[in-house]
Amino acid sequence: MLHAMRRTVVALATLPLMLLAGSSGHGTETGSQVSYFTLANGLEVVVIPDRRTPVVTHMIWYRVGSADETPGKSGLAHFLEHLLFKGTKKNPQGLFSRTVATIGGAENAFTSSDYTAYFQRTTRDRLKLMMEFESDRMTGLVLTDDVVRPELKVVLEERNSRVENNPAARLAEQMEAALFLNHPYGRPVIGWRHEIEQLTREDAIAFYRRFYTPNNAILVVAGDVTAQEVRQLAEETYGQVPRVAEVKPRVRPQEPEQEAPRTITLSDPRVTQQSISRYYLVPSYTTGQKGMAETLDLMAHILGRGANSRLYQKLVVEAGIAVGAGASYYGTALDHTRITVYGAPRPGTSLAQIEEAIDATIAELIEKGVRQEELERARNRIIADFVYAQDNQSSLARWYGASLITGMSMEQIRTWQDRVRAVTADDIHNAARQWLDKRRSVTGYLIRQSGSRDDRS
Amino acid sequence: MQTFQEACRRATRFASARLGTFPLTVAALLALAAPAHAVKIERVVSPGGIEFWMVRDATVPLISVDFAFRGGTVQDPEDKGGLAEMTVATLDEGAGELDGTAFHERLERHAIELQLRANREHLRGTLRTLKVNQDEAFNLLRLALNEPRFEAAAVERSRAQIVANLRRQSTNPNSIASRNWWAAAFPGHPYGRPSNGTLESVARITADDMRDYARRVLARETLKIAVVGDIDPEAAGRHIDRTFGALPARPQLHPIPATSMQGLGSRAVFALNVPQAVVTFGGVGIARKDPDFMAAYIVNHILGGGSFTSRLYREVREIRGLAYGVNAGLMWFERAAMLIGGTATRAESTAETIELIENEFRKMATEGPTEDELAKAKTYLKGAFALNLDTSSKIAAQLVQMQIDDLGIDYIERRSAMIDAVTLADTRRVAQRLLGSGLLVTVVGRPKGVTSRGPGG
Repeated sequence: MLHAMRRTVVALATLPLMLLAGSSGHGTETGSQVSYFTLANGLEVVVIPDRRTPVVTHMIWYRVGSADETPGKSGLAHFLEHLLFKGTKKNPQGLFSRTVATIGGAENAFTSSDYTAYFQRTTRDRLKLMMEFESDRMTGLVLTDDVVRPELKVVLEERNSRVENNPAARLAEQMEAALFLNHPYGRPVIGWRHEIEQLTREDAIAFYRRFYTPNNAILVVAGDVTAQEVRQLAEETYGQVPRVAEVKPRVRPQEPEQEAPRTITLSDPRVTQQSISRYYLVPSYTTGQKGMAETLDLMAHILGRGANSRLYQKLVVEAGIAVGAGASYYGTALDHTRITVYGAPRPGTSLAQIEEAIDATIAELIEKGVRQEELERARNRIIADFVYAQDNQSSLARWYGASLITGMSMEQIRTWQDRVRAVTADDIHNAARQWLDKRRSVTGYLIRQSGSRDDRS
Repeated sequence: MQTFQEACRRATRFASARLGTFPLTVAALLALAAPAHAVKIERVVSPGGIEFWMVRDATVPLISVDFAFRGGTVQDPEDKGGLAEMTVATLDEGAGELDGTAFHERLERHAIELQLRANREHLRGTLRTLKVNQDEAFNLLRLALNEPRFEAAAVERSRAQIVANLRRQSTNPNSIASRNWWAAAFPGHPYGRPSNGTLESVARITADDMRDYARRVLARETLKIAVVGDIDPEAAGRHIDRTFGALPARPQLHPIPATSMQGLGSRAVFALNVPQAVVTFGGVGIARKDPDFMAAYIVNHILGGGSFTSRLYREVREIRGLAYGVNAGLMWFERAAMLIGGTATRAESTAETIELIENEFRKMATEGPTEDELAKAKTYLKGAFALNLDTSSKIAAQLVQMQIDDLGIDYIERRSAMIDAVTLADTRRVAQRLLGSGLLVTVVGRPKGVTSRGPGG
């Protein structure tokens, strides 16, 4: 099997982010005693005990992402995330990171369309220290132009690395922009270059004051802890942070009725392996009716996750026209999201042939639905992820955090398995008919720019 | 099952503050961390005489298995580069009575995760299963290792996927920088050859080559195994015997020729029309068994290791904003060891960045670390080990690496004392020894003011 690493990345990204309900019935400890409570200042707290090793994962999630930026300031949420490492009055000049490094911890942060999160992983005895630092930078950030200016360059280099050096990423960025006619999900999380270049210290501070407040955040602690300990530590640290802003409902411009399929072609002399992909606009766990996202998870799995999926079987195994083909659903989003399908041709096969085969596979799904045994296999696989997830405190912390921050309730997380079990073949058939509608899609073609000089030495 | 495109696309949706390992993956650094507590490792010998290490943990009803055979891509015949990769990619594409589709169908139905991969000197595998499906899981692994079918269609699928990857890499700046670094460092030696071969070599590989390769490499003598999770030694022993017991006792490996790193002090530029230049740099490393290994590991940590406080990170990213990531790591093989790192920066700052990196190497070589840096590195390295042991899969991987490196089953207990024993004089001596002989640098892009030059220039 090829590309284990890449597949792992994808698996994480496409897994339903709410695998982790209450007790699994196996008498397990992890994930089975999840606690949830709210401090007086509005900070929500989730505690996920895993007592096997003396390690904790400490995460703070803010309800702010790139889709909450003011138009014209794309990249600001992510830029601010970088700047949060620059220090506070109390802990200046990267003292937080230096401390994490000294004690042998790991730390990082990430930004998506809907959230920004910061985390540290340390031995359990350092949890309070981490909470002191993290609660301090919730409102105590101090920025000077001396630290802001180089960091802006870092972000531009990050954009180069992630996007501009990579034709496939450039195409994906254009496709997202085309999929969302009105919703800010069309903006890249990292931001458009010309807008990143104009971001300032003042922009960052204003954004920070608007969104970084305990009543706009969720604390997730997983690992060798009890709920009682965490509650006490949280009261002593985060509990002392006053609300500094009122939180407004996250109402973003929604998509109009989409009426026309779009196509995007990116050609570049560096494309040596052509490919086609398509995004369909579909409901998320937050916007879908009860059970819809679970249905779409199963549908995408059957259509395109792994070697047994329909797309892989038809295009790669049976017809032998593709080197790769698959589908994925990204369900953890505050607003409507997307299903992706893709295929990459073998030499001698055109993109048109691949597209035709993908279309035929989808048409068959729409026309005939899925077989019961396919559904059961997919269902077993998705529910087993629940058990596997309990082996990894970081995954648990991420899944709870991402689910809650995009609007799921603890109750919905707890009953996720039940809804997956309740999905029928008819549900999937209906969902395919309703949502795999080309008028709500954008198709991207990644092709080699012909007639260009070979630009390699 | 190629989902490469998806991986690229996902990356555009998320952006991280700090990507510690970007842009290079330095393998084999895992085996180096260590808690004072925790995992109880048992050495078990199966009834059939196969040794394996295990950690019992019934908290979550799953089992993680990790294993390694000596062999890897260095065993590829000179004109058939890519053979090891193609073989492991095809082992699970049909075995025993099962064709590839049936094999994957069984895996998925039972939610079994089986991954096989080749690195330079080993074939590595991981198996993860729910406890309830353990018989099926080990049986499928047995089939893949003992009775692979290498059917024509499966072989051609693997070939097409490897070729697609090679073509993609041929215009990917990171791949070009890395390939050329290895080729220049070890010309004419197996270490210098690309692990996945070339378009020409992969075209020559036959099913018989793959059968022959599997027969030569999959043997009990060099096998290292770890089993972690909800299973007892008796059951594990039975599974191990059934899975591995029928393999040949001894492998038939070509000895790896002695070699030494070439090209230190030289620089090679490869033109590619990308906005950001990708830089790979490296020099001599240190054998895992060398008494100064731990001192070298500390020196590398201070210079360019994984935390956000290394000298390279501070100089290149934090102060000047020249790159999103810069890092360095140690790698060790049977016949050579290296310290290798990478970064990526815009064309106009490439010369400055390389100069900074070379200066930091020189400075560390002549002065060594400070007392304070040494003390902090020690606490980091001691504390960080626990983070490598918080999931069953991570523990299993760690136990196999410890066996490969022949560190002893009590290594985790001894490790902290080994770190503490390193003196400032040790680090200065080893810094001079490793970093004093200069760097081999490869650059891909359109760097301004950087030209190729030989060791003398």
